[in-house]
Amino acid sequence: MAAAASMMPHFSQQISSKNDLVPDWASQEVSTGTTIMAVEYEGGVVIGADSRTTTGAYIANRVTDKLTPIHDRIFCCRSGSAADTQAIAEVVAYQLGFHSIELDEPPLVETAANLFRASCYRYREELTAGILVAGWDRRNGGQVFCVPIGGMLVRQPVAVGGSGSSYIYGFMDSNYKPGLSKDQCLELTAAALSLAMERDGSSGGVVRLASISEAGVERRVILGNQLPKFSTH
Amino acid sequence: MEKHYTDSQVKGVSTGTTVLAVIFDGGVVIGSDSRASIGGEYISSKTINKVIQVHDRIFCCIAGSLADAQAVTKAAKFHLSFHSVQMESPPLVIAAASVLKELCYNNKDELQAGFITAGWDRKKGPQVYVVALGGMLVSQSVTIGGSGSTYIHGYVDAKYKPNMTREECLQFATNALALAMGRDNVSGGVAHLVVITEGGVEHVVVPGNKLPKFHDE
Repeated sequence: MAAAASMMPHFSQQISSKNDLVPDWASQEVSTGTTIMAVEYEGGVVIGADSRTTTGAYIANRVTDKLTPIHDRIFCCRSGSAADTQAIAEVVAYQLGFHSIELDEPPLVETAANLFRASCYRYREELTAGILVAGWDRRNGGQVFCVPIGGMLVRQPVAVGGSGSSYIYGFMDSNYKPGLSKDQCLELTAAALSLAMERDGSSGGVVRLASISEAGVERRVILGNQLPKFSTH
Repeated sequence: MEKHYTDSQVKGVSTGTTVLAVIFDGGVVIGSDSRASIGGEYISSKTINKVIQVHDRIFCCIAGSLADAQAVTKAAKFHLSFHSVQMESPPLVIAAASVLKELCYNNKDELQAGFITAGWDRKKGPQVYVVALGGMLVSQSVTIGGSGSTYIHGYVDAKYKPNMTREECLQFATNALALAMGRDNVSGGVAHLVVITEGGVEHVVVPGNKLPKFHDE
């Protein structure tokens, strides 16, 4: 995400810094500089995201919902350009809905992930989108797939993305272990997102969480003042 | 110290690196990885020691251009020993940090190096100071720096607590370095740690195969 963020504003910053009449947020693309995370557990997945959307230094939306439903039991977490990711998610939701009706059964998470990958790879030069696809299906249970910028597809038990994700790799590596319960996953995700939001200027606001399993989707929000606190020297 | 993405565009050998310093109850631990690389493509040294002694109980860690850092620490060592002779007493940690800061601030256009200074003195006990790239000097109880530090901000924020014991602190520093080395391709090798207390100085080296392993290794 840091690479993407530094690509776009390069010349527009030169324009706006020379001209004080044009505030920098008027010329910056809307970006979900962000922190997103998805974790598999026995029986489902937990996904989470912050809620900040920025245009340069202005926070265009401080209560964004970056957890987008693609199908009944499949969600995606969006990071990168807000426009690009919304457009891709819409297209994939349509394609998946169509496919599911043809099949006459709920679609696989892997299918959804492949549809994302197909669009992200084909239009890789035009797009800036880093997406986590997570959900539950009958064949393989809870699954998390990562489709980063460039259009790679890889399945991982736990994945993070967005500009804030760099800061929590160490925390995640040391705190995740296979075999966590749903509540432990929710706690881990909330803690990791809070840590990232504390350090990354492009992440902040509230923490949105969702857990997806055979039973359905449960969503919750943790407000700013309820986030876990850590000793900050 | 902030990571800045021009690390790999620095000409010559650069310490893409992970360095840290942590205060515990009675002393301070300062540590680093041991890899020096040219632009992230060639490892020019697997066992470089980035923890440099500038006086008996004062050490500093370098991040950034290796050439700049060596030149600055050499000048700082000289200034400090001269200062210590004039004062007829061991220098304060803040004196060491200030010397580095003066050099960095006055030569900010030419230099590309940041420093963490850690040590023990009689006046204030264990201390850690950070001199950032432009020459800002700040005192902190725990600090991380270098390119690998980005990945452990979350871990350090979550796991650090004040007044740890020496063993807890060593474990914390080793874990943090291991996690950073696991994610940053320009940090690696062994973990060099130096424990500084009133009683003296102890070097601990943790070779690569003895570093803590995490779930995916």
